[in-house]
This record gives sequence, structure tokens and C-alpha cells, in this order.
Amino acid sequence: MNVQEKLAILADAAKYDASCASSGSKSTRSGSKIGSTEGMGICHSYTPDGRCVSLLKILLTNYCIYDCQYCVNRISSDTPRARFTVDEVVSLTMEFYKRNYIEGLFLSSGIIQNSDYTMEQLIAVAKQLRVNEHYGGYIHLKTIPNAAQALIEEAGRWADRLSVNIELPTEHDLQRLAPEKKKPQIVDAMQGIRSKIDETKSERKAGFKAPRFAPAGQSTQMIVGATETPDLEILKTASELYIGQKLRRVYYSAYSPIPHADARLPGQSPPLVREHRLYQADWLMRFYGFDANEIVADSDQNLSLDMDPKFAWALANRHFFPVDINKASREELLRIPGIGARNVGRILSIRRYKALRSSDLRKLRVAWNRAKCFVITADSNPNLENLDKTDLKSKASPKSRQLMLFDTASSALSGEV
Amino acid sequence: MHSENVDSFDAWRTAARRLLVANVSPSDVQWTDDAVQPTLFDSDATPNVKAAPFSVPKTFLELAQEVACHRDSKRWSLLYRTLWRLKNGEPDLLKITTDDDVYILHRMQKAVSRDVHKMKAFVRFRKVSQIGEAENYVAWHRPDHRIVHLTAPFFARRFKGMNWSILTPDESVTWDQDSLRYGPGVSASEAPDDDALEELWKTYYASIFNPARVKVAMMKREMPVRHWPTLPEASLIPDLLHQASARVATMIDKYEGFAETATNYMPETIDLESLRHAAQRCRACDLCHHATQTVFGDGPANARIVLVGEQPGDREDIEGHPFVGPAGQLLNDALSQAGIDRSQIYITNIVKHFKFTEQETTQTDVRGKRRIHQKPNSREIYACRPWLEAELSVIKPDSLVCLGSTPAQALFGRDFRISKDRGTFIATDWCERTMATWHPAAILRMPDEHRQAQMRDQLVADLSSL
Repeated sequence: MNVQEKLAILADAAKYDASCASSGSKSTRSGSKIGSTEGMGICHSYTPDGRCVSLLKILLTNYCIYDCQYCVNRISSDTPRARFTVDEVVSLTMEFYKRNYIEGLFLSSGIIQNSDYTMEQLIAVAKQLRVNEHYGGYIHLKTIPNAAQALIEEAGRWADRLSVNIELPTEHDLQRLAPEKKKPQIVDAMQGIRSKIDETKSERKAGFKAPRFAPAGQSTQMIVGATETPDLEILKTASELYIGQKLRRVYYSAYSPIPHADARLPGQSPPLVREHRLYQADWLMRFYGFDANEIVADSDQNLSLDMDPKFAWALANRHFFPVDINKASREELLRIPGIGARNVGRILSIRRYKALRSSDLRKLRVAWNRAKCFVITADSNPNLENLDKTDLKSKASPKSRQLMLFDTASSALSGEV
Repeated sequence: MHSENVDSFDAWRTAARRLLVANVSPSDVQWTDDAVQPTLFDSDATPNVKAAPFSVPKTFLELAQEVACHRDSKRWSLLYRTLWRLKNGEPDLLKITTDDDVYILHRMQKAVSRDVHKMKAFVRFRKVSQIGEAENYVAWHRPDHRIVHLTAPFFARRFKGMNWSILTPDESVTWDQDSLRYGPGVSASEAPDDDALEELWKTYYASIFNPARVKVAMMKREMPVRHWPTLPEASLIPDLLHQASARVATMIDKYEGFAETATNYMPETIDLESLRHAAQRCRACDLCHHATQTVFGDGPANARIVLVGEQPGDREDIEGHPFVGPAGQLLNDALSQAGIDRSQIYITNIVKHFKFTEQETTQTDVRGKRRIHQKPNSREIYACRPWLEAELSVIKPDSLVCLGSTPAQALFGRDFRISKDRGTFIATDWCERTMATWHPAAILRMPDEHRQAQMRDQLVADLSSL
């Protein structure tokens, strides 16, 4: 099998991983000849699914001894198999990078022989890129479940980011669909990475020249919609991970039908808008001071699909409004539907010099249609009288057509709501 | 009326500084770009006053540097007016982002920085020649604004160890691993030829696309169509879109495996007798269609030891009891050597039906077909496991022994290696003391006599440790 055939199989097998970020490493490694990391990631292309191509996202191999039902590479699937050599991955990465096709490498793998052996192979790729090729670009390694802590530590020396997939939101979901993966083991692995990151940081703070360890932190991915687990449970799990493991990102991947699927899985994807709502809710928890329990108001414990979670919260908490744009605190401003965190910063800055009118808000490009019924501005705002009306939802919601313009890929990046 | 013709940020800065010191109001200056001819009514020469030092906020300089790259010819006068206002009573002007001038400047800055970002993303180098060690790469790119100076340092940092040139219609830049050199623009006809590697890149692009989600508007917003001509992968887009729905349909059609497990066949009251009875009717996997009967576990409900094998063999399938063939004979010997009474323990398998392929026998004295044992796959193990779990929940043994790697991997996980961890007690969800040892059949199949004896001793030793 030639490299092109392997690439087709092993890129195809990796496409279900949602993670695409290449940001977070603030400075390029010294001594690099090709490649740089300067904080912001770059999307080098976009595929017709609307997702960006930032990293060469491949599996080292899609042979796997595990049998996770939601995964196309599980041992019992008939999918065609291939395996790259370490040299092949190194060469592909360098050649793609030099032509500016990619921002870096995202390498994952099916488990061959055992966890440690597989992890060693991934490390060999990263190490060879750094040491032999003087490569300074981005590397994201997926750590293999149950690999030895010493191997994780070595991986972190060469990689910018490490990730451990939580896979499914609850222990029960794991038992059902990934019987060989256990939540405590997954969380332990994250804990191991976290403590090493903390250790490196504190050593550097104390003035020691500690070697780099995963400077872009760690992330994880959760598959949404393969089981019945409601959004509230998903968000609680995410919240635990953000707080407990200091993850940089939790990716939500709407379960998508896979070839050679197991018959116990749903044949249909959940609506993509659900994934989008989860990203919005995720953003509300991280940057807007919301709690998971506040965001999910519906009795079925799921986010509303027809409106964004901040708007839904506002409708359910009208006593909180109206909020005075020119007097309210940052925390209060952050709760206004249609006004994002960046605009809150701008509002706070502008109002030191002048009182904001509704025309100013429109210039800032807030989602005025949503915000208008909830704010007091320097001029009179006639929309305020709608605040207590029962049809407020229809008065302030975007048309359904517009709703689809919001897209998961962009919300994964910005999440502004 | 003053007239200023400038073509770069530095030229504008020099002129603006002069005008500001001379206190020339923005309405008295006409700014033109190099492309635009100066007006015929050129009147006052710019006053030549010795520039007294003054300072402007750093944020303004950064903003001006970027806005200077914008194509709109209004930028120079807008920048001067803003500078004038900053120095004439509105020092905090830039913070009022809703001011009309500041608003337009920010829009221009945003357009430029977006263009810079897209240039960093969409420049595609092609390898043109390789002389000795040095590799030469050339790209042709069409940015919206005049941003080559803004982006070239980024490419120099990123591709430090390469010789490269980026050609655009307005300007070009070359890096020789030491310094950047700028030159005139070139037309698209001078773009480099295809690079053999583009086929690989297109393969990657086509494979990473998930046909189950199509978002064309999103793709076009982030990757504007005007950049497509210089992106090798963009030529694939029409075909990928065309095939998407058909590909999804095939994906959904292609189910594998079965939707149920033994859980669907469990009896209402759980004891060994009701389980044995119910298991006879189990259809949770396809093995039931070929095997003679379900071979359930054997032994008393109060057994303190449970042995789990892989699956019944040819003899077991016919007789309906586990470990009654040649492997069972070896197991009996090992048990008695270890001082264990077989009638006091419970013996079962992780899979309860015989899995086999049929082969024409080659032996001349036997006629017909021989049934060759086949290892059960993980799907079958998964479907059958609830029976074992039910047996264990009734018996609650003190010790649980996996015979061979199939039951061991099913209970300890896929990572388990019997050669490494044989004979060690490890706690599992089913029993505090769970251990794995050789399967008697594996001992029988071992060709090396010495090794066979050793394995047999190990089996006895492991059983003795119970």
C-alpha cells in the first residue's frame, strides 16, 4: 500500500475527531528552522462540511484492539485498515507544512499491541519532528488510554497540546458503548497531565528553566447524541473538567453515522444545532459566569433548540431585566441576550466618555433584535414595553432561517452569543 | 488647499507630522494616492516648518500602520483627521469606538487584518527547484489589500530554513534564509507550475471531509471563492458536494452486528436453573444458528471457585457440558493435582455456543467434514457476556479464574497479556480475586514438549494457589 492510499484511509478515520484548534502555544520553540507557533492558530482551508482544515489530522494506524461501539475503528468493524510508519508521518507533516497547507500535526492512533507501545510510536513521531527536522510548528498528540505516566510526560515535552478523550458524557454511557474504557482511568490520565502542567508552570515561575510541557494545555472530546444523556449532564461533566482538570477546551461532537456502524447506535445524527447550542452553553459557563443548572431550564434537561441558551435564560428570568447599559456592572451586562463578551468590554470602555444610545449599540453590531427588549439606553427605548408581554419570544427571536447561519464550526471558535 | 500625494505609511507619517506642526486643518488638505494624479489646482506648497516633537498614542500608530495598507484612497485623509482630533481636544477619541471616524478606521483595520490572516492561511508554496541542500518555494497569491509588508515577517519567522518567494499583483517578496527583499508585483501568469505533492494534499482534503454534514455557506464565508484559483484543493469541491448525499446513504445502510445482547433473554427470577433454561433459547448472536445447543455452566450454586473458558468445543457442543473433551481431560488432571474436587467448583465459558468452520477432512479413514474451532469475535463475546455476569451474581465466588486470553481480555480489558500477568490476583467488577492462567487447549496445542510441560506445571501451580 502506498502513502497516498494509507493517507486516504487514515485521514478518513480521523475525521470524526472535532478538535481542530492550533492555538495556545505563545512562542516558537528555540532552534526551530521550519514552523512557528505564535499564539493564534490559522485555518488553512475549509471543507464543504464547513469545518476548517488547520492540522494534518491523521491516525498512525486504524488497527485497534478495542471495541468501542461508536468508533469506526473498533476491532469488530470491517473498515479497511492501514498503518503509517513513523518516517512516513514525519515526511508528510514536513512536506505539507513547507507548502503552507497546514498549521501542524494532530496525531492519534488505534491501539496496537498495547497502550504503551502505541504511545511510544506517537512520541517517536513528535520527537523526530522536533529533533531531526527542527520543526517548530504545532503538534497535538492524543494520549492513549492507560499509557504509562512516564510516556505521557515524554509526550508533553514534544507536543504543544495533549488530549484524552472523555468520549461519552457519563459513566453509564461508557459502560454501554465503550465497555473497555473506564471514566476513573480517563480522569486519572487528565489529572496526570494537569499536575505535570502545573508543576512545569510553578518551576518556571520560580525561575527554573523547566523544559516545555504541553504549553497549549489539554483538551478533550465528548460525543453527543449517541446516547440519551441530556444536555444538563453533558454540561455538568464539561464543567467538572474545566474546573477539576483545567482543560482548555471541551469539544462536543455531534454523533454522526459512521460506516460499518453498530446496530445499537442511532442511524441519524442529532441535529447539528444541538452541538451548536452546547458550544454556546459552554461559552456561557466559561466566559459569562453562568452555571450549568441555570442554563438548562427545560424540564427534559435539554437546551432549547430554537433559541440560544442566553436568550432562553433571559426569557425565564425577566425580573432580572431591564439592564441599564450605562450603569450596570460587567456581570449584569454579560447576561443581556445578543451582547457578547467583547462588546461588553467595549461598552464599559465607551461609557466612561459618553452615554450610549441605542444607535451606538447597533454600531457595535450587537444582536439588536434580541437585545432591544432587555436594555435601558440613554435615549428612550420603546421596545422595553414588550419585556412583560407573553409573545416576547417571537418578538425577539431571530428568524429561523437566520438561526442556521450560526454555525457549529464558527461557534466552536468564537462561541459568542 | 494643501495637496499631499503619499504611497506608504512612512510617507504619510512624514507629511502628517509636518502638517500638524504647521497647524493645517484636515479640511485644508487634499490627500491622494500614488495612483491618482494630483489636481491641477495645486495651490499652496506645504509649509516647511521644522517639526517640533509631539507624541500620539501607540494604539493610533498601530491602527494607522494597518489602515495604510487598505486600498481605499480615503484612508489618508481619514487618518489625518483622526490625528488632528486626537491632538485638538479629543485625546480619548480612539476609545469611543462608536465615533464615525473611529468606526470607519476600525472597519478598515478589520478588513486589512482579515486579509492578512487569509494570506497567512491561503498562500500555497510550490517547490520549484532543488539545488543542493537548499529548497526553493514560490507562491502566487492575490490579497485584497497591499499587505505584503505586513505579512512577510511572519513567513520569514515560520519558514526560516527555506528559500521562498511570494508573488502578488502589487508587490513581491523573497527570503533567502537571511533577509527579506521586496520587489515589484507580477501577474498571475508568472505563478509557478504544479507541485507533485498537491495530489497527496488533495487526497487528504477529500478524505477529511465528512459528507454527513454539508455547510457550503460556512465554507464560502471563511474561504472566499476569489481565493479558490490559487488553492489546489478547491478544484475538488464540486465533486465532493455532488457525491455527499450518496455517500451518507451508503454509510447508513451499512450496519454491522446485532442490536441485542443476552439481556433480552434473561428469565424473571434469576437462579442457575432458570438461567440454564433461558439460555437455551438465546438468539442474541448468530452462533445459535449453527451450534447444536447452548452449553451452559456446570457446578453447584455454592461453589467458591469459578473457572471460565472461552467457548464449548466440538465434544462439548454435542454433549451439552463444558470441558468434557480432550482439554477437559487435561483440566481434570490439573485440578486433581492441585487438590481441587471438580464437583465442588463451577465451570463455564464466556461464550456459550460453539463457533466453528467446516473443513473437508483430509484423513482417509474418516469421512465427511471436520468442525474447526474459531475464536469468537468481540461482538459475540459482548452479546453473550450477560449470561456469565448472571451466573457470577448468583454464585458470588471467592475466586474467579479465566482460562486463556479470550475470557481474560473480556474481564480485565484488551490490554491484558496472559504471558505477563498470568497467575496474579487482580480485583475486577465480578470478583475481588480474579486471575488468569493457561487454557488447557493452549497447552495441548503447544508443539514444544518442554514448553508444554512447563505450561502444565504453571496451570497446576496457579490452580493450587486458589
